[in-house]
Amino acid sequence: MAHARSSTNHSQPLAALLVAAAVGVVGLLIVVPLVSVFYEAFARGPGAWWAALAHDPDTRHAIWLSLTVAPVAVAINTVFGIAAAWLVARFHFPGRSLLISFFDVPFSVSPVVAGLALVLIFGRQGLLGPALAWLDWKIIFAWPGLVLATTFVTLPLVVRELIPVMEAIGPEEEMAAVSLGASGWQVFWRVTLPNIRWALLHGIVLANARAMGEFGAVYVVSGHIAGATDTMPLRVEKLFQEYRQPASMAVASVLAGLALVTLVAKFVIERRLEAESRDLEANRSQTDSLDHTKVEGAVA
Amino acid sequence: MIALADTAVFALGPTGRGAASVGRRRSHATVLPGFGTSAAITSLVVLSLIVFPLAVLVLRAASLGPAGFLAAAWTPRARAAYAVSLSASVIAAAVSSLLGLLVAWVLARVSFPGRRILDALVDVPLALPTAVAGLVYSALYVKKGWLGQWLVPLGIQGAYSYLGIVLVLVFVSLPFAIRVVQPVIESLDRDTEEAARILGASRVQTFLRVVLPAILPAVVTGFALALARALGEYGSVVFISGNMPFKTEIAPVLIVARLEEFAYAEATTVAVLLLAMSLSLLVIVNTLQQRLARNAQ
Amino acid sequence: MSIHVREISKSFGSFKALDGVSLDVPEGTLLALLGPSGSGKTTLLRIIAGLEFADEGSIEEDGADITERHARDREVGFVFQHYALFRHMSVFENVAFGLRVRKVPQAEVHAKVEELLRLVRLEGLGGRKPAQLSGGQRQRVALARALAIRPKILLLDEPFGALDAKVRVELRQWLRRLHDEIGMTSVFVTHDQEEAFELADTVVVMNHGKIEQQGTPDEVFDHPATPFVMDFLGNVNVYHGRVENGRAFWHGIPIDYPEYPHAQAREARVYLRPHELEIAPPAAVANRLGTSLPASILRVTRTGSITRVTCKPHGSEQELQVDVPTEVAHRLQINLEPGTHVAITPRKARVFVPDPEYVI
Repeated sequence: MAHARSSTNHSQPLAALLVAAAVGVVGLLIVVPLVSVFYEAFARGPGAWWAALAHDPDTRHAIWLSLTVAPVAVAINTVFGIAAAWLVARFHFPGRSLLISFFDVPFSVSPVVAGLALVLIFGRQGLLGPALAWLDWKIIFAWPGLVLATTFVTLPLVVRELIPVMEAIGPEEEMAAVSLGASGWQVFWRVTLPNIRWALLHGIVLANARAMGEFGAVYVVSGHIAGATDTMPLRVEKLFQEYRQPASMAVASVLAGLALVTLVAKFVIERRLEAESRDLEANRSQTDSLDHTKVEGAVA
Repeated sequence: MIALADTAVFALGPTGRGAASVGRRRSHATVLPGFGTSAAITSLVVLSLIVFPLAVLVLRAASLGPAGFLAAAWTPRARAAYAVSLSASVIAAAVSSLLGLLVAWVLARVSFPGRRILDALVDVPLALPTAVAGLVYSALYVKKGWLGQWLVPLGIQGAYSYLGIVLVLVFVSLPFAIRVVQPVIESLDRDTEEAARILGASRVQTFLRVVLPAILPAVVTGFALALARALGEYGSVVFISGNMPFKTEIAPVLIVARLEEFAYAEATTVAVLLLAMSLSLLVIVNTLQQRLARNAQ
Repeated sequence: MSIHVREISKSFGSFKALDGVSLDVPEGTLLALLGPSGSGKTTLLRIIAGLEFADEGSIEEDGADITERHARDREVGFVFQHYALFRHMSVFENVAFGLRVRKVPQAEVHAKVEELLRLVRLEGLGGRKPAQLSGGQRQRVALARALAIRPKILLLDEPFGALDAKVRVELRQWLRRLHDEIGMTSVFVTHDQEEAFELADTVVVMNHGKIEQQGTPDEVFDHPATPFVMDFLGNVNVYHGRVENGRAFWHGIPIDYPEYPHAQAREARVYLRPHELEIAPPAAVANRLGTSLPASILRVTRTGSITRVTCKPHGSEQELQVDVPTEVAHRLQINLEPGTHVAITPRKARVFVPDPEYVI
């Protein structure tokens, strides 16, 4: 039971000290680095910043690549997330718990290990290497490999958002829709989707941020070929290795800016989610409290 | 004699429970649609993207045989890498847990102007690409950096050092430590604390005896999550550690180095070992979270 | 449209929810499935709707076997216990849903929905969202929504369970009038005896996955077929007695029981309803020896129009409840206080003889 927020048990000086300490921690670890990215990026003026981004063909390519890889990975994970959440939240079948634990695996596996596993399958010396060579399909060191690696690391993000929401809402509305004659697609489109839209959006926003920022897995599968398979984070690293710090900072600042936009979107969506979950609780407790009168009025 | 309106002869016998009729058992469709489609999509993705790749990894490593595996995974350089990875991650997770407890406490219990902003800032490491974090941290702590300019003369080398590794690992794992503990602190029953104070306990005693035991499971879970996150981290460490073998090389960096030399055996075995560590942590975290959920009831 | 349920069984894991249940629902009836939780009544309702599938048995609708038919093809109107309104749709869209998924043209949808909203007295509220409605209003939207698809049968799962007592009573009467108007075959589930009796043409009492008795409210109340039905419907005093030679004996008071003419005495249970017992001053029954029981009053409670007198028969430790209409209580020449001596005379009693093998 959440009590009203109050700082009752802290004396003023203690509270001030604690706040100062917390602000200090967050400030030093998070704010200072964040501010310095933008400072360093624009240290030589906006002109230099723009030049670093737009006049370098390899950097331009990296931006373009990030913008084509991340959305595809997010799209795949959105479809997967909806399907998997529907399966797990609405049906019971043997192996369900095991399946749910599989969803968490990409979170706990180092991205480098994930990238390596993909190389072992799709690389030239990998399991499917000869077959791919014969078909002349390039996966590793090419765009499809980047998409696969990015999809892997962002896999849990949408499905983990949807499962709790779908379980909290329950299947009653969908059952009602079925009893009224709706087909599968109609149930999903008219009833389920509107109910999960904010959670879905939240998952997509998080997945997109993660996808754009992924480094380790993409590093391994990309071969790190500038101008061909470097995404933006890899470009940052390449420029860093070449001691071109200002350019590196410029690209980093774009990513940091995207992170801030993500946080704002996340904040807005979370407010909507909280409001919806409060409504859910209110409705539930309303019917529950009235159930008491129901019990009394029963068998006299 | 009393006239009865009605009587009923009813033999209170056992119900037909014993005489269960074995009729035909049917298999039937589900009421809600979409089982087939969702099962197909889910299993396709999970199998091809998670199960299959990791299985191939494990099998490839296993194909070396136990002796071969050990020889490849237990080289001196690899051992050093495990040591660096594990020790830095544990230290970082511990630091994150402590600092995280402080920040979570302040966010949950103290109202002050800008609290909402501080709360939102906690999520920055989750949204910020690790490469950016690594780049920026190294820029800050080198001799000419904003922080390095004071710290390096004091002998504190934040960049290209073990300390640097710990610093970025704290950065990436801090939100995990905070977000697990924060809701638990928010839902603490204040009455027990007030009761302790009325009974004469000091603030410190109340915290140690009443509050801490209640939030300890969450703190431990936060530690485990922070550790799991730190163990797998690659992007930011690459920028700041200098990647010196035997000194500041973490396991994922070693894997990549070996991969670039086409030394697949060593890369694979070290990866499998790292994978085993990560998955065990996952199991531990899940058990802890279940225990936490049960205790909360 | 009539429904015939034959030998339906359903288990959830090891729990047997329904055990060989058969039921006929004639066309145009308003039927109540009445029973405690776990009796299987909701499961039966959902199986009729197609929201659950039975393990064994069959269901026929007007002669056609619909056992394997999917819920969406059964043309039933189902009203869920917690309404299951589509929270992101307006009242209008909720009611229109069944029509929209059948691709009914807009003009027709509009006309039909407006008509239904008028029927359930919610005209003008079409633009509201479910969260903005009261419980009673939501209930009526759920009903309108179910009726929109012109179902052949209406099924309601504890329709008034989640509502205020006053709203419940109002809606009950309104539902009965609606049924009389439309004449649709309807089945509803309830554990409230009063509700079942007020609304239904036929009451089906269920317990532990079986039907205990089926009949009109009067039949079921006045002629309960089993001890469970007797116990479930209204308060009852239960005593151990014995039967022999065509009579049952309760505290020495004989009761005609021709069903057991044998000389060998057997244990029996005697059920006495509180309002079927008379209470009188001992002097008044002095010349009716052997038909009344001396007792002392323990407590008197007045609940509205009924005065409940809890007594202890002399020589017994078991309490006996007697319900007397309050006006009658005033006219009795008894001091209704704890300790007063009274005489209790049963007007009616029911006797159940247990199976000898069955251990009570």
